[in-house]
Amino acid sequence: MSGHDNTEAKSRGIEDILTGYQGRPGALIPVLQETQEVFGYLSRENMEKIAGALHIPFSKVYGVATFYAQFHLKPRGRNIIRVCLGTACHVRGGEKILDAVSKELNIKPGETTKDLQFTLERVACLGACGLAPTLMVNNETHGRMKPENVPALIQNYRGRDREETAVH
Amino acid sequence: MAMTLEEFTKKSEGIRRNFRKGQTKPAEIVVGMGTCGVAAGAQDVYDTLINEIKRLDLAVTVTPVGCIGMCEQETLVDVVREGQGRVTYGRMTPEKMKRVLQEHVIGGRVVEDLVVGNLEGDEEQPYPGLDFYRKQKRWVLNKCGFLDPEKMEEYLGYGGYQGLVKALSEMTPEQVIEEVKKSGLRGRGGAGFPTGTKWEFARKSPGNKKYIICNADEGDPGAYMDRSVLEGDPHAVIEGMIIGAYAIGANEGYIYVRAEYPLAVHRLEIAIKQAEEWGLLGDRILGTEFGFHLHIKQGAGAFVCGEETALMASIEGERGMPRTRPPFPAQKGLWGKPSNINNVETFANIPLIIRNGGAWYASVGTEKSKGTKVFALTGKIANTGLVEVPMGITMREIIYDIGGGIKDGKRFKAVQIGGPSGGCLPESLLDTPIDYDSLTQAGAIMGSGGLVVLDEETCMVDLARFFMSFAASESCGKCTPCREGTKRMLEILTKITEGKAVMEDLDKLEHLALVVKDASLCGLGQTAPNPVLTTLRYFHHEYEAHISEKKCPAGVCQSLIKYQVIPEKCTACGKCQRACPVGAITGKGREIRFIEIDRCIKCGACYAACPFDAIAKV
Repeated sequence: MSGHDNTEAKSRGIEDILTGYQGRPGALIPVLQETQEVFGYLSRENMEKIAGALHIPFSKVYGVATFYAQFHLKPRGRNIIRVCLGTACHVRGGEKILDAVSKELNIKPGETTKDLQFTLERVACLGACGLAPTLMVNNETHGRMKPENVPALIQNYRGRDREETAVH
Repeated sequence: MAMTLEEFTKKSEGIRRNFRKGQTKPAEIVVGMGTCGVAAGAQDVYDTLINEIKRLDLAVTVTPVGCIGMCEQETLVDVVREGQGRVTYGRMTPEKMKRVLQEHVIGGRVVEDLVVGNLEGDEEQPYPGLDFYRKQKRWVLNKCGFLDPEKMEEYLGYGGYQGLVKALSEMTPEQVIEEVKKSGLRGRGGAGFPTGTKWEFARKSPGNKKYIICNADEGDPGAYMDRSVLEGDPHAVIEGMIIGAYAIGANEGYIYVRAEYPLAVHRLEIAIKQAEEWGLLGDRILGTEFGFHLHIKQGAGAFVCGEETALMASIEGERGMPRTRPPFPAQKGLWGKPSNINNVETFANIPLIIRNGGAWYASVGTEKSKGTKVFALTGKIANTGLVEVPMGITMREIIYDIGGGIKDGKRFKAVQIGGPSGGCLPESLLDTPIDYDSLTQAGAIMGSGGLVVLDEETCMVDLARFFMSFAASESCGKCTPCREGTKRMLEILTKITEGKAVMEDLDKLEHLALVVKDASLCGLGQTAPNPVLTTLRYFHHEYEAHISEKKCPAGVCQSLIKYQVIPEKCTACGKCQRACPVGAITGKGREIRFIEIDRCIKCGACYAACPFDAIAKV
C-alpha cells in the first residue's frame, strides 16, 4: 500500500481508522499500528490528526511513536526485510547475513531502497533460534540462511509486496 | 452455542469418545507448521502434499500441527498408517514428500533413509527411541505437535477445558488458589514468584473491577518457548487465563503478544473466537454467574514491556516505562485497578494443575522448584530444539544427553541462560541443577528459558558486549543508572574488544555493573549487568588476553585478529583471491597466495572460501 501517492484516499483512510477508536481507552497504540499498516509509515500530518481526534497532545503521540521500535516516521519499502541478530543468530553468523543483504540492496540497516522496493532492518530476535541464522521478509520467516543464498531470496520478492505475503 | 456446564461436559465427552476415529484409515499425514517449520519450508511441503493428494485422488487425512520441538530436523512430516505406527520424517522437501507419498503412504514401505524416529510413546515422551526425548517430560508441550491448533474439537479431544469445567463446577476461587499454591508453581517468566501467592494478593485486593494479563512479549533474544506454545496449543493458555480470572475475580483480560509473532497472533485470534462461540468466554460462562472477556494487544517492539508495570503502561497506550513499586499491580495495576500478570508458560500449566491436582504437579522437581520447565536449546549445539525437562535436571544432561553435545566436534565453552538478564556458566558449573535458586546463586537466572550453547569459537567479551548493546538500546531511559550505566559499560566493553582498554577499565566495569544492578528501577536495569558480571567471574582470562596481550583467543574481535596464509597448506588454487572483495590477496598462477594486511578489511571471505584450511586467524 505504501509508496503510492493518493492523498485523497489516504485522508479518507485516517478518518475511517479513527472513528472505530474514539473514546476508547488505550486506543493510541492500536491506532498508530493500524495507520502504519495502511500508510506504511506515520506522517506528521496523520499523527496530528490522531492527536486531535483522540484529544491528546501531539507531543504525546510523537513520544509514543518514537518510543516503540515498530513505528516509522519515514516512508518504507513495499517489502520489509528484518535480519535477526538475536543471541543464537549472533553466534551463528547473523551479521554476515545482514552484510549480504545490505550489499545486495546497497543500503544500510534502517534504510529503504530508492525504488521503495525494500527496507532493511535489524531485529533483536525472531524466535526461530533453532534455525539460526534467520531473517524475515514481511511476515515470512526464512531459516538456515547462508550469505550466498541472499540474492536469490531477494529476487524472489522483487515486484511483490507485503500484502501478498501476509499470514492467513 | 451457549451451553450450560452439563451440556458442555456431555458434548466434550462425546468428542473425546469419537476423537480421530477412522482418521488413520488408510493413512493420516501430520505436518509441523509452527514458525520454525514454515521457516524451514513447511508451506511448500504442505502445498505439494495437498496437490499430490488431489492429483492422485487419495483418501488420506492431513493435519497441520504446531512444533514438536525437533527444530534441527525441520521440516517434519509424520505418516500414520494402520499397523505401521507413526513414522516421523525429517528435513523434508517437496521432492522427498512425493517420494514418501508414493513409497510409504501408497506402497506401504517406510522410506528408511528419511526417517528421524518412530513415534511410539505418548505425548509426554513421544520418541522413546530418540536421545533427544529420553530425559524430557512434556507436560506443557504435551499437545504441541499433536493437535491441530486451529480446531476447538482437537483441543477438546485431548481433554481440553476439563480443568475449567472442574474449577467452575466443583471449586470456589479460594480452592483454585489453594490448589495452585499446593502445586508449588512459580512464575515461568523468569523471576520465579509463586503463582498461587500472586493470585491470592490479587484476589484479596479490594475492588470490583480486576484484570488478568498474559505476558506474551517474549523479547529475550534466544527464546521462543512462548511462541511455540501459543502457536501449537493456544487454547491451553486461554483455559489457564479463564481459570486465573475466576480465581482472582477478574472479568476482563489481555494477552500482550509481540507483533513479531504474526502466526501466534493469528492462531490466538482464531482460538479466542472459538472460545467465545462455545460460551467459554463472554458473559455467564457455561451458564454460571462468572463472566470473562479476553482481548489481544500487540506489542510494538520494546523489550522493556516484558516488565509488568511497563507492559501495563503500554496497554494503556503510553510509552512502555516501568513504574515504581509499591503500589504493586495486585493493588493498583492496569488503569489503576488490581491486576495480575503471568507468563504464557505459567498459564499453560494451570489447566494441568487443576485437572490433576497440585500434589500431582509437586511430585516432580526439587524442594523449591516444582514441575517442568521449557527451554529453547540453541547456539552451537548438535540438536537445537524446544525441550521440556523436569526441574532439578542438570545443565550437563540437557546439553549432552538431550542436545547431543557441541556441533561439529568443537569444544564446549559456556552456556548462556536467561538472555540479556542472565549469565554465562562455564564447564565447571555444568552439574548445577536447573532450579530457580541454584541458578541465581551461580550468578545467572532461570529467565524465560533461553539456553544458548557457546563453543570455543565464541568470544565471551564480544558476547558480553552484544548483550550490553542490546540492554543499552532497549533501556527506556526513565532511571539514570540504567540509561547512563548501560551506555558507559558498553563503551568500556567496546574499548576492550578493540584492544584499546587498560586493566583499570575492568575494575571500573565491575564497579559500574554493581551500581546499575543495585540502583536501577526495574528488572531490565537490575539484571542487565549479569552477562558482564558472570563473564568477568568465570572468563576473566579472556578479558585479560584482550587487554594485556591484545589478542582475542576465540578469533572473533576483528580489531585483534589478522588473516594469514599458511604456506605449507596453500595449493595456489586461487579461491581466496576470487572471494576477496577488496583485492587484498596477491600471487599469480602456482604461487602461494599472500594477504596484504594494509588492504585487508578482515571480512573473513577468504577464510570461508579456502577448501584446504590454509588461511589462519592469528
